[in-house]
Amino acid sequence: MALATDVPKESFRLSMLIYDSRYRAVTIQVVVLLCFGLFVAWLLNNVVQNLAARGKVFDYGFLWARAGYDINQQLIPYTNDSNHFRALLVGLLNTLVVAFFGCIFATILGIFVGVLRLSKNWLVSRLMTVYVEMFRNVPLLLWILLSYVIFSEAMPEPKAFRVTDEMVAAGQEPAASMLFFDSVAITNRGTSIPAPLFSRGLGSVDLGFVSLNLTFLATTVVLGLSIWANRRLRASARATQEATGIRPVIWWKSLLILLAPIVLLFIAMGFHLDYPALKGFNFQGGLQVAHSFTALLIALTLYTAAFIAEIVRAGIQAISRGQSEAAFALGLRPGRTMSLVILPQALRVIIPPLISQYLNLTKNTSLGIAVSYLDLRGTLGGITLNQTGRELECMLLMMVIYLIISLCISAVMNFYNKTVQLKAR
Amino acid sequence: MKKSVFLGTLAATTVLAGVAFGGTLDDVKKRGELICGSNTGLTGFGMPDANGNWVGFDVDLCRAIAAAVLGDATKVKFVPTTGETRFTALQSGEVDVLVRNSTWTFSRDTELALDFVAVNYYDGQGFMVKKDLGVSSAKELDGATVCIQTGTTTELNLADFFKQNNISYTPVTVADDSEAQRQYLAGACDAYTTDASGLAASRATMPDAANHIILPEIISKEPLGPVVRHGDNNWGDVVRWTYFALLIAEEKGVTKANVDEVAASTADEEVKRLLGVSGDMGPKIGLSNDAFKNAIKAVGNYGEIFAANIGEGTTINLARGLNALWTQGGLQYAPPLR
Repeated sequence: MALATDVPKESFRLSMLIYDSRYRAVTIQVVVLLCFGLFVAWLLNNVVQNLAARGKVFDYGFLWARAGYDINQQLIPYTNDSNHFRALLVGLLNTLVVAFFGCIFATILGIFVGVLRLSKNWLVSRLMTVYVEMFRNVPLLLWILLSYVIFSEAMPEPKAFRVTDEMVAAGQEPAASMLFFDSVAITNRGTSIPAPLFSRGLGSVDLGFVSLNLTFLATTVVLGLSIWANRRLRASARATQEATGIRPVIWWKSLLILLAPIVLLFIAMGFHLDYPALKGFNFQGGLQVAHSFTALLIALTLYTAAFIAEIVRAGIQAISRGQSEAAFALGLRPGRTMSLVILPQALRVIIPPLISQYLNLTKNTSLGIAVSYLDLRGTLGGITLNQTGRELECMLLMMVIYLIISLCISAVMNFYNKTVQLKAR
Repeated sequence: MKKSVFLGTLAATTVLAGVAFGGTLDDVKKRGELICGSNTGLTGFGMPDANGNWVGFDVDLCRAIAAAVLGDATKVKFVPTTGETRFTALQSGEVDVLVRNSTWTFSRDTELALDFVAVNYYDGQGFMVKKDLGVSSAKELDGATVCIQTGTTTELNLADFFKQNNISYTPVTVADDSEAQRQYLAGACDAYTTDASGLAASRATMPDAANHIILPEIISKEPLGPVVRHGDNNWGDVVRWTYFALLIAEEKGVTKANVDEVAASTADEEVKRLLGVSGDMGPKIGLSNDAFKNAIKAVGNYGEIFAANIGEGTTINLARGLNALWTQGGLQYAPPLR
């Protein structure tokens, strides 16, 4: 301590910024930051000048102008009188719905394939290898186009379903018929499925720019409460098991809690199905699921599932053999060993790369443009951009939206990742 | 992440915007080649033939401009553009002139900072359906699925038409003409809608052309014409007057075959100015005095171009209709060359 005070205190000189290793690192960082800032300023200035030279103003006002075009898949009400912002929302929802189902299906399929690829059955494991290698190594766009062309070329036209009086008289069958007791029709345009309708629905509340569907809200709330109640029931059953060693029989209570409230709610709201029927050119009524959606979903699912399968395989192989041997020694069957011992541990390895697969899938939905799927890229980045001629604005806005979606997925998955990681106790 | 994305965009924009704005004419002369924005492939209007040579009604106008500016109709590079990319390609300077069935509208003329210099084809939007659909009017298309090219004015007209007539439809938006044809032929849509001329051109390439009919309703005005960037007035003049020269040639009976003979023998003062025998019309817009003569010699007059590519007798078989000269009851009218 005494020695330290003896060192004469040096006054700060400018040259120390370069020659003194204590300051040098900071100096370099400041200089680099300045250069970077200048570079950004130069780019910005360039954009502003070029926009001015072309007589264009950077302005998002066009979002409130009438869109004037139609969209064939709308999850929220939209007409060609709605504005471009509404079209953007319709496109955004179309993106989200295909990404949502894509992630779910790809995960389920991926886990199956990943597990089966490690199967001791030679044929099963080889078949899974063929599947994985085939889908991983061909560009996604080609799979999307292929599945779309198969649908639009191989399925019958709507008029093939038509039964005319002459055909009835001659005892002829129509060239094509509907599936599942005349409730589903697959034509070369889309799949018509029965639509759930409520004759005494709760209506909706208008909240400025969005209207809230109360029927949907009530269903979600009731379902959520049922699931929560079911978890409580299972937790109490587990507590009883821990305390007494006997697990009470709860499956019928579970079933009742899960199903009864929602069935009662549906009956109260007058639930019925609206079946599609051939009228005029097309099937009317029911829900029309365009093939662009189906094809995109199938291709995204199969493609991403191949990657997820590899991730799952890697995760499982990362668990030491001792774990399964110990499980077998305890008398667990192979299936239960996998679901109770191996997979829960493998999840820690699987989740982080799985997040990036989800992000990839979500971003890949923008390839839907190839099959005329009007997602965010098709509405905001496609028709709106073309009709208004605002490339920079539309592209920037679209990038920001995709960025936000990706960050949200990341955040949710990272949170989930934290819950399955090893807890340090 | 956020920063790098933003920078990427800016960098891309900078590259796009980094072109000279003044003096397209000088650029073309210096380059020794005209770059013409063309269709990705529409029979009769602009598409490469079996040998890879571009042919068509719009293509011939590009060749005429090249002949007028450079004296050689072969010095044209054709850049295929889709409905979505065409205006960006022109604005960014990737092409010098866009001759690609583009409709002249207010917002394109003003907001997109483009100049439509003339109308080389007066068109209107129509519908094509299969004969066995049993439809004779577009108003009977209630509930139909309609294929439509995205990024075009037809998209908006379609929505308006169905709304006005209080009938419904399902749009299937496709990127270009060939994809629309595939979907239409596969039966994925009941009707295909685009400019009537485009429908006729598409039908001509179908294996069973006789089984398809074009419905009588024309639901919009589609004046199609060559487009240049706004602000380069001299270049606009060159394109505009090359086109008018072809019209005047038809009006005065000057053809590809007789242009030299007429130039030597004519007594008509306007024809003399047109062919550069007298006056200095060419030099006034930065061209040689025989610029228009070269153009006519290369591709023929407007009537010849029409007849050779899309007129009656070709597979597309379009009547002159609105595109007849004003002297024959049509709308094609060139201001006096003086």
